[in-house]
Amino acid sequence: MARMIGAEMFFETLIHEGIDVVFGLPGGYVLKVYDVMPKYSDRIRHVLARHEQAATHMADGYARASGKPGVVLCTSGPAATNTVTGIATAQMDSSPVVVFTGQVPLPYLGSDAFQEADHIGITRPCTKHNYLVRKTKDLPRAIKEAFYIAGTGRPSPVLVDMPKDVLIGEDEFVIPDEISLRGYKPPKKGHPGQIKRAVDLILAAKRPLIFGGGGLLWSGASEELKELVHRLQIPVTLTLMGLGAFPADDPLFISMLGMHGSYAANMAVHDCDLVISIGARFDDRATGGNFEKFAPNAKIIHIDIDPATIDKNIVVHCPIVGDAKEVLKQMLEMLPAKVKTNRKEWMGQIKEWEKKHPLAYKQEGDKILTTYVIDTLSKITDGEAIVVSDVGQHQMWVAQWYRFKYPRTWITSGGLGTMGFGFPAAMGAKFARPDKMVVCVCGDGSFQMNMQELATAVENKMDIKIILLNNGHHGMVRQWQTMFYNCNYSASKFDVLPDFVKLAESFGAIGLKARRPEDLEATLREGLFTEGVVLMEIFVDENELVYPMIAPGGAMNEMILGPEGVHLENMADAADMA
Amino acid sequence: MRHTITLLVDNESGVLSRIAGLFSARGFNIESLNVGETLDPETSRITLVTTGDDFIIQQIIKRFNNMVNVIKVSDLTDEVRVEREMVLVRMDARDDTRAEILRTADIFRAKVVDVGPKSYTLELTGDKDKITAFIELLHPMGIKEFARTGTVAMKRESKLTKNKGEEK
Repeated sequence: MARMIGAEMFFETLIHEGIDVVFGLPGGYVLKVYDVMPKYSDRIRHVLARHEQAATHMADGYARASGKPGVVLCTSGPAATNTVTGIATAQMDSSPVVVFTGQVPLPYLGSDAFQEADHIGITRPCTKHNYLVRKTKDLPRAIKEAFYIAGTGRPSPVLVDMPKDVLIGEDEFVIPDEISLRGYKPPKKGHPGQIKRAVDLILAAKRPLIFGGGGLLWSGASEELKELVHRLQIPVTLTLMGLGAFPADDPLFISMLGMHGSYAANMAVHDCDLVISIGARFDDRATGGNFEKFAPNAKIIHIDIDPATIDKNIVVHCPIVGDAKEVLKQMLEMLPAKVKTNRKEWMGQIKEWEKKHPLAYKQEGDKILTTYVIDTLSKITDGEAIVVSDVGQHQMWVAQWYRFKYPRTWITSGGLGTMGFGFPAAMGAKFARPDKMVVCVCGDGSFQMNMQELATAVENKMDIKIILLNNGHHGMVRQWQTMFYNCNYSASKFDVLPDFVKLAESFGAIGLKARRPEDLEATLREGLFTEGVVLMEIFVDENELVYPMIAPGGAMNEMILGPEGVHLENMADAADMA
Repeated sequence: MRHTITLLVDNESGVLSRIAGLFSARGFNIESLNVGETLDPETSRITLVTTGDDFIIQQIIKRFNNMVNVIKVSDLTDEVRVEREMVLVRMDARDDTRAEILRTADIFRAKVVDVGPKSYTLELTGDKDKITAFIELLHPMGIKEFARTGTVAMKRESKLTKNKGEEK
């Protein structure tokens, strides 16, 4: 046992938990932590973000790319409130981010002291749990529990609030060997009876469909999924969050489903007789939002680690609460090693849908289409890069057109839809996977929300690529205005934008531009294969819209497939439902 | 539908606002709420009564179960159970009503816990309906003020008890 101060205990416990990088920004009440930090700099790298929101997205990107918790360190008050968007983003997409905030000394708590905010109260609804540490000796236990809670069960953010007097106080340093939380028992295996029921449903189904979500990735269940899919010859569609959990080049993969899912995937959901949902939560963007018309002919198996997702949006026939990997293993054990299936008719139907309305674009004229950019990116990188997107049209196009081969290579803010997430999250992903090419695909609107982090990227000599798709608008807002608001482009056009290339250069990064379709591939190749922080500003056509689209509140077989479907009479109603 | 839910929780600051937060996030009102220590001083028992859509209440109960500070949740709504409330009523005791107040208290087996020259304070324990009936009867005689606790509830230890509604 050693005596030390709280700030030292903080680092010692982090090291004990296997943490080697922290994203943060110093300030008043957390300065003691920064004061002792140099002692630990050989074991813990600190990345100095320029904004706490960005630091939280970095930690989130790190967590999503690595599967390990991402760590944020910042001071109290505005720093803590700045992290809230990042915390809520991580919570909606089930990402284990652990945020450490400084706090005013305990005697001043609640006195409206300088830079005081009620971190615990503010983050209560967007964390899985949070701690206000009241004694120095309790710090290691709180930190250890925070990582345990964040990383087990359904991964989620946790916040630990550390008052200054706790950080400067001295005590014996003891990390408890065991964690005992009476109210927290994350589920692992599924109920065998339920799994048996599911297996019977699967064996009896004629038109089964796998509906996979982000839970597959957090659980690391890709191999088990492949085994199940190939043994039973079941077509696979994935939600936005699930992309990468099953390789896009597998013939049984039928693309993403949902609001901007492929025609074949959405028709398959509508027409199948069994939905096998694994690690997905039937979000309104995935189901079209019309829960009553969802998969009307199907029985639904719902595998999820969080009991609260069961029957939340869709009432299911066979719920299984458990870790996806464990449950799939149990299923595989229960299934015969060889299963005779006759999927000719079902797969034939799906192929027909794919042929009838494939995802398609036509690059003609002198304006670059974003679809063409993403398709080219996918071809150049051969699906090997980690692609991190922001939020908007480009996000949907990456989901449609980038052919992800591996888990954890697609990182995006799906649930909260946080613009400004992309660039810092991409940086976090690069820290997690320095061996991989990391590409941030963003829009001119979303990049402006966290572009200050160019400084952080250059400062850390990062090798990171930014493809900035400049259409001079908030593209998705403009799309909705086109489709649902009679082309009334209110406040969606930017009259002023920076010269992003010069902006990048002013930070010491490399900037490239492409305006014409014939220049695109060369620009991408140059940018992707130049080492350093490279921003490629691609000017794209603001008139390109994302199709297919299920209007909000629509059923999954009611898709708008192109411009001719727009301006339906009920479009205004659809907008109201959004 | 009216639901009576009991929770065994860590006896820690902030737990109550976590619980209440789930209701406010859904726009639900808590009708009554009771918190007290249990045999184990590290845990508290919360009894909560709310009225709302069954489907949403079930969702809220699942979310209670997800909370790190919540050790056990039971929805007693479908259970055979004992429910009690307590009320303290201060009566305006005039010459013409004093006797009648005491008679009513006697019928309900209420106790007189404070007597003043112009007032009686009565204490009554019972289920919600009994308390409500008591207050209604006293009303014409002049209630000065009353303080009512929320419901506390416990499952009956009876063989007839259905085993439904037990969570975690």
